[in-house]
Amino acid sequence: MPPKQAAAKSNVSAEELLGHYREMLLIRRFEEKAGQLYGMGLIGGFCHLYIGQEAVVVGLEAAAGEGDKRVTSYRDHGHMLACGMDPKGIMAELTGREGGFSKGKGGSMHMFSKEKHFYGGHGIVGAQVPLGAGLAFADKYKGNDRVTFAYFGDGAANQGQVYETYNMAQLWDLPVIFVIENNGYAMGTSVVRSTKSPSLWERGAAYGIKGEEVDGMNVLAVKEAGERAVAHCRSGKGPYILEVKTYRYRGHSMSDPAKYRTRDEVQKMRDERDPIEQVRDMLLTGKHATDDDLKAIDKEIKAVVNEAAEFSKESPEPHLDELWTDIYATEIPQEA
Amino acid sequence: MATEILMPALSPTMEEGTLAKWLVKEGDKVSSGDILAEIETDKATMEFEAVDEGVIGKILIAEGTEGVKVNTAIAVLVEEGESVDEVPDQARDAATPASEPGPQPSAKAPAAAKPAAAVADTTPDWAADVEVRKTTVREALRDAMAEEMRRDDSVFLMGEEVAEYQGAYKISQGLLDEFGAKRVIDTPITEHGFAGIATGAAFGGLKPIVEFMTFNFAMQAIDHIINSAAKTLYMSGGQMGAPMVFRGPNGAAARVGAQHSQDYAAWYMQIPGLKVVMPYSAADAKGLMKTAIRDPNPVIFLENEILYGKSFDVPIMDDFTIPFGKAKIERAGDDVTIVSFGIGMTYALAAAEKLAEEGISAEVINLRTLRPMDTETILASVRKTNRCVTVEEGWPQGSVGSYISSVIMQQAFDYLDAPVINCTGKDVPMPYAANLEKHALLTVDEVVAACKHVTYR
Repeated sequence: MPPKQAAAKSNVSAEELLGHYREMLLIRRFEEKAGQLYGMGLIGGFCHLYIGQEAVVVGLEAAAGEGDKRVTSYRDHGHMLACGMDPKGIMAELTGREGGFSKGKGGSMHMFSKEKHFYGGHGIVGAQVPLGAGLAFADKYKGNDRVTFAYFGDGAANQGQVYETYNMAQLWDLPVIFVIENNGYAMGTSVVRSTKSPSLWERGAAYGIKGEEVDGMNVLAVKEAGERAVAHCRSGKGPYILEVKTYRYRGHSMSDPAKYRTRDEVQKMRDERDPIEQVRDMLLTGKHATDDDLKAIDKEIKAVVNEAAEFSKESPEPHLDELWTDIYATEIPQEA
Repeated sequence: MATEILMPALSPTMEEGTLAKWLVKEGDKVSSGDILAEIETDKATMEFEAVDEGVIGKILIAEGTEGVKVNTAIAVLVEEGESVDEVPDQARDAATPASEPGPQPSAKAPAAAKPAAAVADTTPDWAADVEVRKTTVREALRDAMAEEMRRDDSVFLMGEEVAEYQGAYKISQGLLDEFGAKRVIDTPITEHGFAGIATGAAFGGLKPIVEFMTFNFAMQAIDHIINSAAKTLYMSGGQMGAPMVFRGPNGAAARVGAQHSQDYAAWYMQIPGLKVVMPYSAADAKGLMKTAIRDPNPVIFLENEILYGKSFDVPIMDDFTIPFGKAKIERAGDDVTIVSFGIGMTYALAAAEKLAEEGISAEVINLRTLRPMDTETILASVRKTNRCVTVEEGWPQGSVGSYISSVIMQQAFDYLDAPVINCTGKDVPMPYAANLEKHALLTVDEVVAACKHVTYR
């Protein structure tokens, strides 16, 4: 089916729009700050920023229900913020400190929150896809109606394990939503250079899995598609695929000069399709908020992010004893 | 307030770089996302973007400057109407990365991650008055899984041909009938995919048993075994892990050639986060499988096709388990210690019998678990016999035996009267021809010869 347009804007409440605005802005400001801390040497290794893709997780989290699960790749900061994990704990994990979600032992790419049903944060391209189907398997086995969002990129969409998983997920009617975050580039290789049939969601048809393409720069379109996917999975009809067309403004990771695309391409996307600007326009033209209202939100978000950054600098490095903990469990971890 | 713009680190290894080009000049207004400069790192030329909005008050480092250290102030950003002179000195200090932490107590000994008994535990697996029944390894494995599935609803079995076919090697015979298709699940032939799904199910609170038709096919799934199952507990700071068992036949069967005959004991034994079991007898298989299913960690359970049909005494008990990390002295002796595990025990025990005929008394240790490894039992025996031979079907380089040798050398060097010999499979892919295959594997004569060598007989 063709990309769905956003719901009639008049049906959207000011409160909802302001919520989306606030959450997307938090991700953007958080990521900008992370980039800054990386530049200062406070964050090491690989750091993959989510700037430009904010509408994807914010829209889908708006469609998720209590107890639903999510799992993603290494570009995971946005997912964690959107599902309500504390920005302080995320930033402190990025700086490798005791106050981080993994006590500093996971880093940017490997973070988890049992409490928020966030199952990582996985560094191997495509690995989170069967893991997500496995989470859904567990829920179906237990007989509850929870669904799992398994996010992956256009690069991972060429991994063999994705198709092994599609087959089993449909065979066993697993309540998993495969979210392909198609940002156009698998590191430096564009979709057209890596993929013969560029419509990634249509590949599900080979397994009988329903799906659709979604405008990933439009948070309302994402939410609406997410609601369709959730309804499908929750009613026991098996998996669903959402190919969300999005765009990342920054390089693949902090050390990527992004020479594989033009500056104009990035600028055009920022100028014409920016997900935050779109909601900002809706808020102002719909007279849901004034310029001053939005400035106040900006200021509030900036304070949250600065507080997270301060915490991430002040939290001590993990005690050396932590080297030797959490290798083996002493008791079986129980479901939250 | 004015802020300093600092030379950024733009790669994991960058310490300094060249400020190749300024794309803004003093007095320019900039906003978040605007490119300020081009910076050459050790890898590439990168565009450096503004994070905050403001006006470029002063450029501190001229373009073309090489060797600019990360975190050096390269420009000053001011608010509109503000003058550069208002930049406080503290701006630089605030941006300095956290200094090295003060001295900390040294890390605990690695023993914390490698629970080994300090003293060899020689208690028998079951009391002398318990009745036993002759049971095959195959039946013992099935019985163990069935008992644990009765005990815990969250335990389920998945793999190729485990349900309707009753198991490619008939290990799961009868389980589908008793537990139904919800808990005994046939998978398509997609090891990578179903190992990942099972690991996800373990994250989600279930206790999967994954059968690989053989461990040769688990190479397709090894990313999930190691990267997903073994490492997640650590990477999550202890929040979640994978309580599950990966099991199936390992090593050479008979005449199945190079791709179906590999012994993975040494591979998996290397991985922190995994526990690795390689049973020999039916009692080992039963007691250790029950322990494996209850263990809150991912367990690699390496079986052997040739042993499946062999019968051993198994105690008739309601709940018979064997703890991990407890080796068994299968045969006591004084002259030489033979350490083995799994199918290797057949060579070790046959060699001990032959040696006895020649008046050499061999002590044979069945390791049973390779991780955690009961090195105390090995060391106690070597301190008594002063000689050691290890026996395994796997390849020599990086073998289980080579690890045992290093443990003995470091902890019982003064007790050794001869260098340790590692009897292993030959350093070749497994050939198909019957005569070649026989020579590629171990022979009892090789073990006998090694024992005579270390006892100078």
